[in-house]
Amino acid sequence: METLKVDMTAAKRLEAERIAPVTSAGLPAKVVARDVNVYYGEKHALKSVNVDIPDRGVTAFIGPSGCGKSTFLRCINRMNDTISICRVTGKITIDNQDIYDPSLDVVQLRARVGMVFQKPNPFPKSIFDNVAYGPRIHGLAKSRTDLEEIVTASLEKAGLWNEVKDRLNDSGTGLSGGQQQRLCIARAIAVNPDVILMDEPCSALDPIATAKVETLIDELRGNYCIIIVTHSMQQAARVSQRTAFFHLGTLVEEGPTEKIFSAPSDPRTQDYITGRTG
Amino acid sequence: MTDITATPMLPKRVRFDSEEMVARVKRRYRSERLFKSLGGAALLLTAVFVVTVLLDIIYKGLPAFTQHHLVLDVPVRADVIDPKGTKNPEDLRSADYFALMRDALATAVPGIEGRVEKKRLNGILSSGAGNELRDRVLADPSIIGTTVKVPLLLSDDSDIYLKGKQTRVTEIPARGTAVPSATKGEITITSSGTEFADDVAVLKKAIVNRIAELKSRLTIVETRDPQAAEATSLKDEIAALEAHSSQPASAETLDSKMPSLLVAINGGLVKLSSISDSSATGTALLPLQSTNEAAPGKWSVVTYDKPESNRKTGDLEAAVLEKLRADGKVENKFNTIFFTHGDSRDAELAGILGSLVGSVLMLIVTIALALPFGVLAAVYLEEFAPKNKFTNLIEININNLAAVPSIVFGLLGLAVFLNFFGLPRSAPLVGGLVLALLVLPTIIIAARASMRAVPPSIKEAALGVGASHQQAIFHHVLPLATPGIMTGTIIGMAHALGETAPLLMIGMLAFIVDVPQGFTDPATALPAQIYIWSDLPEQAFEAKTAAAIMVLLGVLLLMNGLAIWLRSKFERRW
Amino acid sequence: MVYPFFAALTLLTGIAYAVGQRRAVSVADGRLADLHSLPIYHALFTAIGVFVPMLAIFVIGTPLVSWMAHSAALAQFDPSVQADPLRSGVILRDVASISRGQFAGNASPELAQAAKDYAATLATGGWAVFLLAIAAGVAALAASFGVIKVPFRARKHVERFALIVLGACAVVAILTTVGIVFSVAFETYRFFFDPSLSGKPTIGSFLFGLEWNPQAAMRADQGTISTAYGFVPLLVGSLLITFIAICVAGPLGLFSAIYLAEYATPRVRSIAKPILEILAGIPTVVLGFFAALTVAPLIRGLGEAYGLNVASESALAAGLVMGMMIIPFISSLSDDVINAVPQSMRDGSYALGATKSETIRQVLLPAALPGIVSAFMLAISRAIGETMIVVMAAGLAANLTLNPLDAVTTITVQIKTILVGDQEFDSAKTLAAFALGFVLFFVTLMLNYIALRIVRKYREQYD
Repeated sequence: METLKVDMTAAKRLEAERIAPVTSAGLPAKVVARDVNVYYGEKHALKSVNVDIPDRGVTAFIGPSGCGKSTFLRCINRMNDTISICRVTGKITIDNQDIYDPSLDVVQLRARVGMVFQKPNPFPKSIFDNVAYGPRIHGLAKSRTDLEEIVTASLEKAGLWNEVKDRLNDSGTGLSGGQQQRLCIARAIAVNPDVILMDEPCSALDPIATAKVETLIDELRGNYCIIIVTHSMQQAARVSQRTAFFHLGTLVEEGPTEKIFSAPSDPRTQDYITGRTG
Repeated sequence: MTDITATPMLPKRVRFDSEEMVARVKRRYRSERLFKSLGGAALLLTAVFVVTVLLDIIYKGLPAFTQHHLVLDVPVRADVIDPKGTKNPEDLRSADYFALMRDALATAVPGIEGRVEKKRLNGILSSGAGNELRDRVLADPSIIGTTVKVPLLLSDDSDIYLKGKQTRVTEIPARGTAVPSATKGEITITSSGTEFADDVAVLKKAIVNRIAELKSRLTIVETRDPQAAEATSLKDEIAALEAHSSQPASAETLDSKMPSLLVAINGGLVKLSSISDSSATGTALLPLQSTNEAAPGKWSVVTYDKPESNRKTGDLEAAVLEKLRADGKVENKFNTIFFTHGDSRDAELAGILGSLVGSVLMLIVTIALALPFGVLAAVYLEEFAPKNKFTNLIEININNLAAVPSIVFGLLGLAVFLNFFGLPRSAPLVGGLVLALLVLPTIIIAARASMRAVPPSIKEAALGVGASHQQAIFHHVLPLATPGIMTGTIIGMAHALGETAPLLMIGMLAFIVDVPQGFTDPATALPAQIYIWSDLPEQAFEAKTAAAIMVLLGVLLLMNGLAIWLRSKFERRW
Repeated sequence: MVYPFFAALTLLTGIAYAVGQRRAVSVADGRLADLHSLPIYHALFTAIGVFVPMLAIFVIGTPLVSWMAHSAALAQFDPSVQADPLRSGVILRDVASISRGQFAGNASPELAQAAKDYAATLATGGWAVFLLAIAAGVAALAASFGVIKVPFRARKHVERFALIVLGACAVVAILTTVGIVFSVAFETYRFFFDPSLSGKPTIGSFLFGLEWNPQAAMRADQGTISTAYGFVPLLVGSLLITFIAICVAGPLGLFSAIYLAEYATPRVRSIAKPILEILAGIPTVVLGFFAALTVAPLIRGLGEAYGLNVASESALAAGLVMGMMIIPFISSLSDDVINAVPQSMRDGSYALGATKSETIRQVLLPAALPGIVSAFMLAISRAIGETMIVVMAAGLAANLTLNPLDAVTTITVQIKTILVGDQEFDSAKTLAAFALGFVLFFVTLMLNYIALRIVRKYREQYD
């Protein structure tokens, strides 16, 4: 674990202190971004984003399509690494640890930062194996009993236990869309991450399933730092405590959700939430 | 799981700096690297195999592209080839040119006496050695009576010998002074030095080795069956050898199972049959000019490493060929026969032209049938077929047909085309028919794919201006799909060209000397020719086979290259 | 009569085309737009009208004439000869060669007369067909002349004809299958049930017999060896070689596919793909040559160095090279199915912190499993049906063994061995090859059919 030793050097500590790890609301910051730029080949997709995201709560990223909100989200667990033409500059820290430090291992990072995708993507395995996948690869369960306990707990937390407890060996792909998405959430929380990223988790779901997932997000916010990208302002208003508005690759403004929706300080935000752009 | 009573707990947050986790992550990365290198190794191994196959074939085949000839001055004696003096082309064609060649060879290598020896001497020539002269005489009868310099084709074994594939020849100049006892027949050479001492030592050692080898063989044989006849003969042989080596005789006898030792002296060559440290006895292969004393460095000991019994070219032939080479009468030329002749029982006269023409005729039939039928069937299935059980059956059928073993198509050809319709055996027509059926599914599938790649908007635009469905397809969609169809067709044809198994069923595995002139002439095909040659025992055919394969692969490469070029030139991204 | 006929056919069709066009233009009387169909369709209509009846008369008439000529020739001989297919066959062959002027030897007066009758019937019949066809063509031309009018829907008729032609082309594929099934099934039926056949086996002794020896007792002096048509040794031989091939090609092909699909940089892909394509394009006769002349001696040499007794035509050599042959097959099909697994599966796994190999092993391969299974099935079918490699590198003796160092024979080798060279269609030995072909066709068809169904299901799953 070279990474962590290096991280504790004095220089790093000083640097970490310089970027005040406290959000504008005075809450302790979990995820801190400083001057983050993303390029897809020649395209400058994200321009100098600075934001502090607090722990224990839901932060929503809103903005018109192509504004960079999903791109930024994917920077936080380095999913952009899988795209060869994508280049990220600047600095993102989680708990004061630079996640783009070359010696930091992306496998470890992603175990701490879970992600839920736009389209439910359960693996073509049984429900049990879907949830057990993360704990298994990270070796979190010492025994079969441990594993069963983790799976049960995750499914309960995801509000899916009662619906699937009798058919844990059925394929995960056989569930309904909403159930699949909650299965994916259960799969993400089975490794008990610090941060959960959600990339428009309800866009492929019907209203009833959406409501269930939203309730679930609300229940989870006590334990996790949740960041959700959504194209629906209503959803952002319903589930988030803080909101960040992205426009054309820049972060326009960030603040408490009520404030963003009632009294935005930037005219672009105003235009967007009143439906003039978007 | 339902009987868990305590509230289930999620695992504690992962602490990756724990020692256990560090080790685990390290282990995971190790297996990641292992997995990746396995993939790379698989790919590499496959590539190595492909390269090995190609290099092996090139290595084996390259020598077949050249052929050795003797270039001799041949008197074109009128009394042999044109005794009547009519210069009638019919007579000239059937005259005995080989006799002229025989005489020319005897002039070039004088002093060979004895019927057997003369026969062996003539054996270094191909039976077609006179063909070149015959063609020249037919082209210009006025050369009769003159002496012309013509290349004489050597036999396949001579050719292989001259390509150095039979034995290594070493020549060591002698240090002593030697005196031969005669110029021909049995000759004893006495040297003032100990030229033969090394060879005697080698021989003695070889006998010891041979005894050891025989003994180990004997043990193997005896463990299987102590009464075996082989065991008895082995025991006898060992006893004889041991008796021999126990006597410290000064002379050692050479036989055909040992490397051949020869002495080149006074312009002649003596094959030794027994040697002692400073003298040797043997027979003259090439007669000596005199019995004069030969000074050190003026004579030498020659060794043919491979024992005579293990090679096709005997010592006499080798000696003659070496002499001719030393005289500058041997020429290695590009093998035109290989490209201009049909099959032959004599490897040096065998060529691929017949089979190549057969293949071309077959492919003409194949493309003439498979292309229209394939494209029209594709048009029907893609555009006009009603979606019902029958067309569905055709679809499934085409996909399955593409995977039916090719030999089954051969059975079809045999039972239907040959037996039922009574078409001739070994004919390119039948071969082409069978191959057309074989590649039809490929072409249909390719044509449908390239039609599907044409955007529907083109068709809709045509329909929109009032074209009928057929007009839209034939005027607009099909022309746009043509490059794709051509590519698929060429690849299908390449496949057909390399196909062998079905051709064996319909009689194209035949020995056919003549180049076929039409679609119903008996013919063979290039891959069938390769198979025929690969089965022949003569060593020279191995190189011919590999060379024919090189031609086949070259043509295939050309066809595929054309397909790739077509694809890249006309490929349109919609 | 063939060349004159086709000359006449081309000529008349061409005339019909020109006449049809002129006629259409002339009936339109200068107002071409009034025509229902363009003149070219009238032209095509006329041409088709001439072409089809002429060709039909020729196609039906020619074999009819040939049959009449045969019966005329045979009429010279007494009925017992006519009834004997073997003797009448000989006569017909002689008659044909006499009429071609290639007959060597002296023909009996009967034969000479038969040849004369044969030639006469052939000539008269040929002329009759020729003239009939021309008459039909001219009649059709004349008839179409009256049909062409301004409102005549020539295009509809031409297009309907075109549609029939298109459909007929598609039916060729079906006919091929029917032809295969008919030919192998018919001969196979004769092999088992033809009462005039001597030495034929029962279905049971064919399917379960442990001895294969069709060559035996062909001559009287070999009489002591009994003929046997036990199929088991061939099946075991085929399966043994296929098994070796799959052992080689399975891991190599699958791992190559995984590497190409998930790890390879575009540069590596651009090199590796053509190499695999080259391998796929090497004719099997070439690989057979390599197996027989390079691999087999190598294995034999290696085996002897370790004191093993290796047959010079070992199953191992054939199997290894056949494995190499099917690598591109497995790798390209597997590459396709792995690429068909949606990216979201990979993302889901990576987002949980899985490494690439964990993702491949635990998510992609299970997801692609049906496709990979069908790739293997297609590869097995290809290996069982492969002929040249085994013909050149495997043996002829039907040993019932599982030792890869022994020589075994396969179904395809036996088909080839029996059917190469002259064969009479009345011996059990020849028909045995068709029985083997039947089994081969049936087995590979089943494998292909199941594999293609799995692939189709699999594609639907992710579409």
